[in-house]
Amino acid sequence: MSRFVDLAKNPLLISSVAILALLIIGELVSPGFARGDQIVRLLTVSAILGIAAAGQNLVILGGREGIDLSIGAVISLGAVIAGNVMSGSDAAIPLAFAAACCAGFLIGLVNGLGVTYLRIPPLVMTLGMMGVIQGGLVVLSRGVPSGNAAPALMAFVNRSAFLGIPGILFVWAAIIVLMALMLKRTRFGWSIYAVGSNENAAILTGLPARRIRVLLYGLAGLFGGFTGVCVIGYTGNSFISVGDQYVLPSVIAVVIGGTSLAGGAGSYTGTALGAIALVLLQSVLTTLNLEFWGRQVIFGGTLLLLMLLYGRQARLRV
Amino acid sequence: MIGLNKLGGRTWVVTAAALIILLVINAVLQPNFLEPSVVQSNLTTFLPLVLVAIGQTYVILGGDIDLSVGAIVALVNVVTVTVIAGLGGDGTAVVIGLVAGMGVGAACGLVNGLIIAGLRFQPIVTTFATSIVFSGLALWVLPQAGMPVPEPYWRTYAGSILGVPTVYVIYIVAFLIAAFLAARPFATRLKAVGGLRTAAFQTGLDLGRLRVSAFMLSGLFGAFASLCLTGETASGDPLMGQTLAMSAISAVVLGGTALAGGVGGTLGSVLGAWVIGMIGSVIFFAGLPFEYQTLVQGLIILAALAGGVLVTRR
Repeated sequence: MSRFVDLAKNPLLISSVAILALLIIGELVSPGFARGDQIVRLLTVSAILGIAAAGQNLVILGGREGIDLSIGAVISLGAVIAGNVMSGSDAAIPLAFAAACCAGFLIGLVNGLGVTYLRIPPLVMTLGMMGVIQGGLVVLSRGVPSGNAAPALMAFVNRSAFLGIPGILFVWAAIIVLMALMLKRTRFGWSIYAVGSNENAAILTGLPARRIRVLLYGLAGLFGGFTGVCVIGYTGNSFISVGDQYVLPSVIAVVIGGTSLAGGAGSYTGTALGAIALVLLQSVLTTLNLEFWGRQVIFGGTLLLLMLLYGRQARLRV
Repeated sequence: MIGLNKLGGRTWVVTAAALIILLVINAVLQPNFLEPSVVQSNLTTFLPLVLVAIGQTYVILGGDIDLSVGAIVALVNVVTVTVIAGLGGDGTAVVIGLVAGMGVGAACGLVNGLIIAGLRFQPIVTTFATSIVFSGLALWVLPQAGMPVPEPYWRTYAGSILGVPTVYVIYIVAFLIAAFLAARPFATRLKAVGGLRTAAFQTGLDLGRLRVSAFMLSGLFGAFASLCLTGETASGDPLMGQTLAMSAISAVVLGGTALAGGVGGTLGSVLGAWVIGMIGSVIFFAGLPFEYQTLVQGLIILAALAGGVLVTRR
């Protein structure tokens, strides 16, 4: 019986069931919703959210109320940097990725240093960083959109690379595998869980908890920068608030994917499924012929329902 | 100094210093800065953030966080405006509208509190989800911005009550409520809940009721802020107040209240809210483009927090 309960509370299973159910509902409401090319399109959108959520996932796993609210601004920054580096030229795509990822990584390191060595709460540190980056972007660009994506990058995100599947999905699949291997099979991955679940114990066993946490924030920034390049590949050009829409959804994807906001427990596979479920939910609500307000209310309500299943905190005991 | 210690932490020292520096800079840049009418207009601009920050302080003291208060501000605004218009827009209609708005604010807080404290949901993601629901409801009540409030409403807000400007009356009432709550066992118990939740539970405190009350206070102060904003804009707007939640959290933290809960107070949050407001004013009078506001605001928040840590270490 308890085994059944455990299974029913397994985040991977719940997300998978939610994804299937949403696909069926979508197909019933609007035939063709679950067609192959439609699914590929939805997966592409999920991939962008999912890659952003990878960074968020690492920071949250690391514990100490880890969260990165600056990820949206980092995505915008990555998109703007990439757009200006490329300005439509295919040859500059590798440089664009490198520049955006480096910028994101450096910003992430600053977040990490503030959180660990200055002991600023992550929520405020990254909120302040978000303001700094957004403000910096507005000041530098004067609010005028600049830069555009190279054709090959847009093809990478939007057009088929192999069997009708765009390149970004292969990259995302690789990230999912690499994250799983890193978290479950490497020393660094295990130390993330150790630091996230019991920092003092981790320090006593000799783990450099602070350095690990700084690196996690750095990686979150790196994923943010990478997402930024994907975003400009998806939309073609960038505006300075293009990343804002990913901030809280990236946290939600992590939570409905079964990673505890308290840190130390969860997996990126769950987060990836969470990102797909989130994108599907929004898509189904769009196909339902509802007014905007109704969609919003159902979206918020469904999120609460999903959290009811496993986003809850432990009961206090005497 | 005992009274000051109640502010908790040392961040507020840096914040108070930042406020003084900003005031001096602004006074230099703007010659008529200290004229009563200018002071009043500045304090009017800062009032909504001050109110939201006071409400947010209780939630954060209890170890939670309320990201939905911006959406509550929008919902209260549209409900109040719609109720006033629906009842004909006379004096009674305005009073009923105000009461309805406060009721909606407290009810939203009640919903947040019940879900989070009762069902043990995570506050960050929960209040994000409820904020989506609240803004959806606001769009249902009033799909588009518009629908003016009757003239007596905004005339009273911009005018005075018994010779005292209405805005100052609201400040005084808000401070009295905060002072009253600070003197009651409620404040101490809430800090216990936020500081050491398990220990608070084991001493037999009614955690659920305390946390729900904190969320209701946040909703109620959000409603006050919304009614003030309505007095300024004189119309309904379902997208009002979107940045207020994040600014208020910054204000609370600048004021020395620990995000982890248990330490801090409303007076610091008021200072924090004024600092954030003054940044905008200084940037305007320094002739810098408006775009610099987010940048400078972010830098000052980080500098104040880092400074607070360094002051504490000594």
